[in-house]
Amino acid sequence: MILALAGNQNCGKTALFNRLTGANRRVGNFPGVTVERKTGKIRPAHIGRHENDFDVADLPGIYSIRPYSSEEIVTRDFLIKQNPDGIINIVDATNIERNLYLSLQLIELGKPMVVALNMMDEVRGNGGTIDVHALSEALGVPVVPISAAKNEGIGELVETAGETARNRVLPKKNDFCEGAVHRCIHSIAHIIEDHAQKAGVSRRFAATKLIEGDESVVSMLNLNQNELELTERDISEMERELGMDRQAALADMRYAFIESVCKKTVAKRGESREYTRSAAIDRVLTNKFLALPLFLAVMFGVFSLTFEVIGAFLSGLLAEGIAAATRAASGALTSYGVNPVARGLIIDGAFTGVGTVLSFLPIIVTLFFFLSILEDSGYMARVAFIMDAPLRKIGLSGRSFVPMLMGFGCSVPAIMATRTLPSERDRKMTVLLTPFMSCSAKIPIYAVFAAAFFDDNRGLVMFSLYLAGIIAGIICAAVLNKTKFKGKPVPFVMELPNYRPPYLKSTALLLRDKAKDFITRAFTVIFTATVIIWFLRSFDTRLNFTEIGDESILAFLGKLTAPLFAPLGFGDWRASTALITGFAAKEAVVSSLSVLTGGDLRENAAALSVIFADTGGVFAFLVFTLLYTPCVAAVAAIKRELNSARLTLAVVFGQCAVAWVAAFIAGNPTALALTAVLLCLIGAVGYIAGKKRGKCRGCPENCDTRARNDARARNDGGE
Amino acid sequence: MEEILTLADLKVGESGVITGVEGENALRCRLLDMGLIPKTLVTVRKVAPAGDPIELRLRGYELTIRRGDARGITVLRERV
Repeated sequence: MILALAGNQNCGKTALFNRLTGANRRVGNFPGVTVERKTGKIRPAHIGRHENDFDVADLPGIYSIRPYSSEEIVTRDFLIKQNPDGIINIVDATNIERNLYLSLQLIELGKPMVVALNMMDEVRGNGGTIDVHALSEALGVPVVPISAAKNEGIGELVETAGETARNRVLPKKNDFCEGAVHRCIHSIAHIIEDHAQKAGVSRRFAATKLIEGDESVVSMLNLNQNELELTERDISEMERELGMDRQAALADMRYAFIESVCKKTVAKRGESREYTRSAAIDRVLTNKFLALPLFLAVMFGVFSLTFEVIGAFLSGLLAEGIAAATRAASGALTSYGVNPVARGLIIDGAFTGVGTVLSFLPIIVTLFFFLSILEDSGYMARVAFIMDAPLRKIGLSGRSFVPMLMGFGCSVPAIMATRTLPSERDRKMTVLLTPFMSCSAKIPIYAVFAAAFFDDNRGLVMFSLYLAGIIAGIICAAVLNKTKFKGKPVPFVMELPNYRPPYLKSTALLLRDKAKDFITRAFTVIFTATVIIWFLRSFDTRLNFTEIGDESILAFLGKLTAPLFAPLGFGDWRASTALITGFAAKEAVVSSLSVLTGGDLRENAAALSVIFADTGGVFAFLVFTLLYTPCVAAVAAIKRELNSARLTLAVVFGQCAVAWVAAFIAGNPTALALTAVLLCLIGAVGYIAGKKRGKCRGCPENCDTRARNDARARNDGGE
Repeated sequence: MEEILTLADLKVGESGVITGVEGENALRCRLLDMGLIPKTLVTVRKVAPAGDPIELRLRGYELTIRRGDARGITVLRERV
């Protein structure tokens, strides 16, 4: 038996899912953390005496059964097409009015359903009450008060949901309206009855969705011309009678019902403590003047703690441990007299390759620890609020900010996180731009070069590289915004959750997940890639084993591509070879350079000067490394999110092209100066043009809305 | 006669009762779904440092929308 878990965003579905199944899904305090459907078995402890076992499907949060974003489509399709045996609708009791809006639509689906009234502890803590019995009467479905966070009421919920689904107890009513809307829905339900039955949806649901003009439901019903005209006539009649269009009429009908129910069942004693506290925190954190500096300070703190203090320290320890293990294994293999080729595969391929990548585990875990605390607390939603206006200038929304920020850690989870974005266009653009944010795997490359060439200015070099990535991203975004992704601005409608203390257990679970993910990747994709690279490095083009680096297939490829990089100032084949290996994992650039220059770069950075003639070439190389194609794992993630091999290839080659141009500029002082001047000019022109547009600056696309409103206002005034 | 205001014209701390919701279809549906429907009382809670978006409070929760989108929502200012 399958139960679907449905509810608004950020109402605690995932927390409940974890309680039900003992699984460890990610829980956040950012609307839209769950982006994929996931199923799990309900823990036997909850099922108790019943022999049946249940699967629960944790669905992404939605506000309405209307398809806007991909997560909403996932939920909707599951509910309509997969036909679950029952629905558990989670309702945030602290925000009950808005949450019940979805409940009414779920009830219309005519499936066995239970309402789980979550966060009841918070309501009670604030001296409020909800008459659960009366609410259940009014809605016609069982209502169970729970607290997913405190693990209260879960057993009773499972019991009730199980009974409801087993006995196929359908909602007792589905009619929440009166007057014109009521007549219209009934008349249409009558017309489409047979079609709805054939399509396998409840006629009530089909009727309301038809009225709302939901295309996918309309096409499911397959009405003939006559029926379409009849329904349209009913709808127009309703609109005329109410003086409201169809969408507003239905929304109004639902909210009117909810308001009357809440009036009878919900008692609140003033503003909740959580709300008052959030408002107080927000007075500082989203303060007009303090917001940006505080945000930068928080980010700076997170990054310096991650990359300089905690993460770096742990990474160092782990790297030493891995090095010791490698040495021990190497010694053992040598003394046992293992074939040198096999030994090379194990030591140089597996141990060194995977080991280098694994030593980044602590950095990634530390970064996610901080990011998840910021997200759980509700701060990330504020970041989206603060950053929306600046991001909109390059055609993105505030919600793109979080994935891009995660890109500084690792592009893979960052790209996965774009799925929470409400529009296809935003999502694609964010996916394309995230790799420009310098990921943590590139740090060792910068570190080695900074130590070798810019010992006095390490920090400055690092900072400039990060900045260069961001600037390149902004330029690309601006270009894409004006060309391929030209389009209407995307609605930014987001709920700001109350601040809540981070839920440490969830953070710990997340870290375990991320670590597991990363380790799996290290032993699969990256392992395969390192073995392939080891093979390319150890055999020559006639497939003879070679110890001499410059006869290998890899060197052959490197020499083949080297002329491409000559104009950039690093035409040495070892540099291009290292870049090729970087496709497997960025860290491999450093390890390849170590092997090719014949020494450990960390100890002997000067060996690099053999490859690079002047600092111009070094700059160019660093900038190229910063911007060129993302690693295999990230490309795989991009392919999954964009769902298009063509676009993914375009990303890979597009980024290489951007990197080439940027590296050329970076390696050439004259070009660099010219570009800087040009950018300033463009910026100034854009700013002045923006000023000229006056009032509508920042929302040019909405000017017609404004004009329409003004016109309507005039009309109203004339009547 | 009361002048026609939109949500974007309200200052921080001011409230208004919605009289109409306009916007491109998907946006308008989303606004309606979130409870921004005629006769609803809305308070402007704060404005982002860059002047946009704005944060509203309605139906006991907080909603963030853009100023440009708020221009499609006409209100009657509530005198307090």
